[in-house]
Amino acid sequence: MRALLWQALALIGLLAGLLWLVHNTQVNMAARGIQSGWDFLGQTAGFDIGEQLIAFDAGDSLARAFLVGLLNTLRVALLGILLCTLLGTLVGLGRLSHNWLLRALCRAYVELFRNVPLLVQLLVWYLLLVEYLPDSAAAWSWRDALFLSKAGLAFPTLVTGAGGWNDWSAWHWQLPALQDFGIEGGGALSPEFIAVTLGLSCYTAAFVAEVVRAGLRSVPHGQIEAAQSVGLSRRQTLRLVTGPLALRVILPPLTNQYLNLTKNSSLAVAIGYPDLVSIANTTLNQTGRAVECIAVIMLVYLALSLLTAALMAVFNRRVALKER
Amino acid sequence: MKPIRLSILALALAGITSAHAGKTLDTIKQRDQIAVGVSTGVPGFSAADSQGRWTGLDVDIGKAVAAALLGDANKVKWVPLASQQRFTALQSGEVDVLSRNTTVTLTRDASMGLAFTAIAFYDGQGFMVPAKSKVKSAKQLKGATVCVQSGTTSEKNLADFSRTYKLNLKPVVFDKFDAANAAYFAGRCQVYTTDTSGLASVRAKDAKDPKEHLILPELISKEPLGPLVRRGDDEWLAIVRWVVNGLLEAEENGITQANVDQLKADSTDPVVGRLLGKTEDTGKLLGLDRDWLARAIKAVGNYGEIYERNVGEKTPVGLARGKNRLWTDGGLHYALPLR
Repeated sequence: MRALLWQALALIGLLAGLLWLVHNTQVNMAARGIQSGWDFLGQTAGFDIGEQLIAFDAGDSLARAFLVGLLNTLRVALLGILLCTLLGTLVGLGRLSHNWLLRALCRAYVELFRNVPLLVQLLVWYLLLVEYLPDSAAAWSWRDALFLSKAGLAFPTLVTGAGGWNDWSAWHWQLPALQDFGIEGGGALSPEFIAVTLGLSCYTAAFVAEVVRAGLRSVPHGQIEAAQSVGLSRRQTLRLVTGPLALRVILPPLTNQYLNLTKNSSLAVAIGYPDLVSIANTTLNQTGRAVECIAVIMLVYLALSLLTAALMAVFNRRVALKER
Repeated sequence: MKPIRLSILALALAGITSAHAGKTLDTIKQRDQIAVGVSTGVPGFSAADSQGRWTGLDVDIGKAVAAALLGDANKVKWVPLASQQRFTALQSGEVDVLSRNTTVTLTRDASMGLAFTAIAFYDGQGFMVPAKSKVKSAKQLKGATVCVQSGTTSEKNLADFSRTYKLNLKPVVFDKFDAANAAYFAGRCQVYTTDTSGLASVRAKDAKDPKEHLILPELISKEPLGPLVRRGDDEWLAIVRWVVNGLLEAEENGITQANVDQLKADSTDPVVGRLLGKTEDTGKLLGLDRDWLARAIKAVGNYGEIYERNVGEKTPVGLARGKNRLWTDGGLHYALPLR
């Protein structure tokens, strides 16, 4: 009973402290003539965004600009999580290989990528792309359908004809083509997007590889011997015995890596990728609402992290040992 | 980003009573040093050399204020700020004055707790392209990719220009001036945009051969640049405002760094006498001493000298005086009268 009382008091103290901070900030800002509030989200943005998943132009609201930034962040995070899982698993398996060369290469990969700061890696990827690829006028092309240049990777897209979605016969490929300033038409991945995705995936894959390796090593050797003694091949042992057992150990730390990747994507602003932080920075300067913009960034990353953790927890429960 | 968060924390933790008038000036006098917010490196305006000495037009204005108020142009702490940090740094009291090629706009003046003092430089936003692209006018840039720095008025002007002329320009936005410069010179963007003074500065500093880059003739905006202070200390605001005006008045009346001592001793010109505190004490009205302006001129020279030394045609930045001539020479600088 007494413990409960202390906990309640601590909670009240914490809430009171937070309220005081919020109140004090508001009073100080008002005293200094700094306007605050959330009304600015309805204002016209007035700036363009380089790449977007939903239609956006300078006449749209700042709220929509934030949404564009959020979708750009999600795009990098989802693709990054997918790629780092694939690459990390392969490297992790490679580190346990019986082949000396493969083992050494995988070890070198892990040590290199996890020991160089991520920001440096992002800048290196980006500089490699924009320094050494040709200008868009002299883009490397593959059958006039794929173009790789300083402007990024352009590829054909399937588009509907005049009849819309239902008119299947009018569907056709739209090919990218060279124009005065770069390549127009079709779809395109910007060098900023490619650099951020590659950088985050390769960096996080080094940690995922260690998680995978640790998970596989945690399976008691007796299990492997038992599997071999009933005549399973190495491949079958991995798929049927060590894999499922290791997965239970791997999942919780893997969740951490996914969270890290999502949060690290905020470094994208350094190489010009219009993610949520980049849009919030611009908004902060156009409107002067620093507290609000930083709050948006914090809340969005918090929500993304909690969501990822929740999804991984569901998955974790499904693979956990069922005690009957 | 970190400094912004710290500054917000400062706002959260600061005592409620801390914002009474006169506070900034008291603090400056107490620590015997002015904290001046400058850029992280725009040659000609504010940039540190290899010994950590700051030079530039914005820097000289900071020095002039320090000379007038504290009697020594070196009593300044230079605080380099990225463009997205600058306003929060000023709001939270990290710097006393922001002398950092900052455009005066209504939003900044009216809603951010800041006040502008005087205009130190008349600028306009322009475009730079590689000379080999054969582009002669910004209106030819349909569909081009444009490198731009975030946290500036440039982003919005670019969108307006793009919409007005239906150019569909594609911005690539960097949070650091240096990153934007590097991306342009690496060829990621066909166009670079910022204020023309910034373009000239970047071209002089980072281009392999400055002749390979062309600044297009169109100016797409008005960018009056000048020092800003925090609201709440009108005496401090007045000092900064009148130091800038005093430097302009000095040029108009032929007072230079070289002749200021001699004029103070010999001149019979009533205007010169008033400016240099010989016949009238304007300093008293500002809460300074008689020699405030003479000291500032002695430290950095008059406005024309500051201009020519830092960004004039003989410097690597190489900007013609243009709109920044005095009104008597057909320019826009019309100093408020010091009397």
